Amino acid sequence: MGRITLDKVRKTFGEVEVIPPLDLTIEDGEFVVFVGPSGCGKSTLLRLIAGLEDVSGGQIRIDGEDATMVPPAKRRLAMVFQSYALYPHMSVRKNIAFPMRMAKMPQHEQDRRIEAAAKALNLTDYLDRRPGQLSGGQRQRVAIGRAIVREPAAFLFDEPLSNLDAALRVGMRMEISELHKKLDTTMIYVTHDQVEAMTMADKIVVLRAGHIEQVGSPLELYRTPRNTFVAGFIGSPRMNLIEGAAAADLGAHTMGIRPEHIDVSTGAGQWQGTVGVAEHLGSDTFIHIHGIPGCDPLTVRADGEVSVRHGDTVHLTPQTQHIHRFGADGLRIA
Amino acid sequence: MARAVTTRRKALNTAIAWTIGLLIFFPILWTILTSFKTEAVAIANPPVFLNFDWTLENYRVVMERSDYMRFLWNSVIIAGGSTVLGVIIAVPAAWSMAFVPSRRTKDILLWMLSTKMLPAVGVLYPIYLLCIQLGLLDSRIALVVILMLINLPIIVWMLYTYFREIPGEILEAARMDGASLKDEILYVLTPMAVPGIASTLLLNFILAWNEAFWTLNLTSVDAAPLTAFIASYSSPEGLFFAKLSAASTMAIAPILILGWFSQKQLVRGLTFGAVK
Repeated sequence: MGRITLDKVRKTFGEVEVIPPLDLTIEDGEFVVFVGPSGCGKSTLLRLIAGLEDVSGGQIRIDGEDATMVPPAKRRLAMVFQSYALYPHMSVRKNIAFPMRMAKMPQHEQDRRIEAAAKALNLTDYLDRRPGQLSGGQRQRVAIGRAIVREPAAFLFDEPLSNLDAALRVGMRMEISELHKKLDTTMIYVTHDQVEAMTMADKIVVLRAGHIEQVGSPLELYRTPRNTFVAGFIGSPRMNLIEGAAAADLGAHTMGIRPEHIDVSTGAGQWQGTVGVAEHLGSDTFIHIHGIPGCDPLTVRADGEVSVRHGDTVHLTPQTQHIHRFGADGLRIA
Repeated sequence: MARAVTTRRKALNTAIAWTIGLLIFFPILWTILTSFKTEAVAIANPPVFLNFDWTLENYRVVMERSDYMRFLWNSVIIAGGSTVLGVIIAVPAAWSMAFVPSRRTKDILLWMLSTKMLPAVGVLYPIYLLCIQLGLLDSRIALVVILMLINLPIIVWMLYTYFREIPGEILEAARMDGASLKDEILYVLTPMAVPGIASTLLLNFILAWNEAFWTLNLTSVDAAPLTAFIASYSSPEGLFFAKLSAASTMAIAPILILGWFSQKQLVRGLTFGAVK
């Protein structure tokens, strides 16, 4: 079981309030991603849940029990760090065994779990090596192995993939998702990468300056962002936010339209602009268009076959059913 | 950036390094040489360097007259005891300074070091009286405690510098893995800091071994270490340089051998963190 409830949790460092009072419930078995720009307090929030930082106020409950003052060792949570934080003087086997050794688990049970974890994570051949002799991806697997053998109430991941190269990151992303499906244990995952958030999460918590901007499933956030911040943060390339006349015509302060919801044509359309940079990714073409009032440049996601050149004039038409409207306060107008 | 180093320049540097090295080592070498001379040759003018009749007579006399093993044993107990005790106390202190620093940590570190700037003789009288009151004059326990206290600032400083090189996330990982504070220090921090702890032990053992002020002033017979052993051959006997040299050689030999075998460790430890 791993149901985690934050009740008016706040954190200050000296005079600075990093996290103003915040409520959040994480259901048992959920994969929750904390996402936000750097300095938004997402790592601090995770460390508060872990117990590595003391809360300045409020209550943290794990499975209904007050854990606010419980030391990290007793919270039944396992954590995977960005730097992996393996014990360099221990072999992979001893690294994975460490939490069980601390829990004084019988040796045969330890061995059984190490074997199982090593098999699941493709580490069987490396059990007697030191962390220094492993690649980044293998080290991250050891860190995950060390977390799973304890069978914790929840897993905490602090930007675990940011030290890996792009190809490995995609692979590990899937491995972690599969691990979640298999173990069905609560996972809290911190990242600044909205692609990781979209692909892995059951529930995304978007944070800015310690505030929760929105909580919801990836598609909820994509389809109905609560404000301009979430609208701009979720989705890649980011949503075009257009101010001025175009928005005013719709009775809004800001109009939002995603690059994939704009039709491009060389003939006619609602707007007209000039092509700045066209990024050909093969499957898609991202076209950055200048000359649209209230948004410069405007990004359009077109088919990979579309061929436009710098300086071309194009006509654009937003798909009406996908237009988002936001008020002057940034909030969504339903 | 690479600099062109000519062969001549290299030779010159080597020569200078050797000269300085020999200059520093010369007094020790002279002591060792003198210990193999007769008393007459030892004070000969002009001095004789190597061309003399080598004799072990001085060593025989010294061994006959004093109980070398008892002095040696006292030195081992006092130096070893104070060093081990110091490290046991300093590890938790350095842990807290390196990993949970407060606003005053830097001040405390400086203040601790400032105690080293106090002339020892300034506190001789109170400490002497304390030892009498506690009945610890001429006891190894008193010297173990006093030498430990004297070297403690250095031990804490050294360990603090080593610990700061250890990433805090690893200790946090241990905490998440269910380690208590004791487990964390014992199974994670200490093994990772072994090279640093080893050179700290070594340096402080040497410092305590060579410490003469307190060992001479607070001991007479029972707890007298090798420093007292050397001193017993200096003043009252007059000009018995050869025997004094033999005693000195016997006193410094153990630490010289220890230093020789551990110099790699020692140099690594002393320059640790200097270049990153």
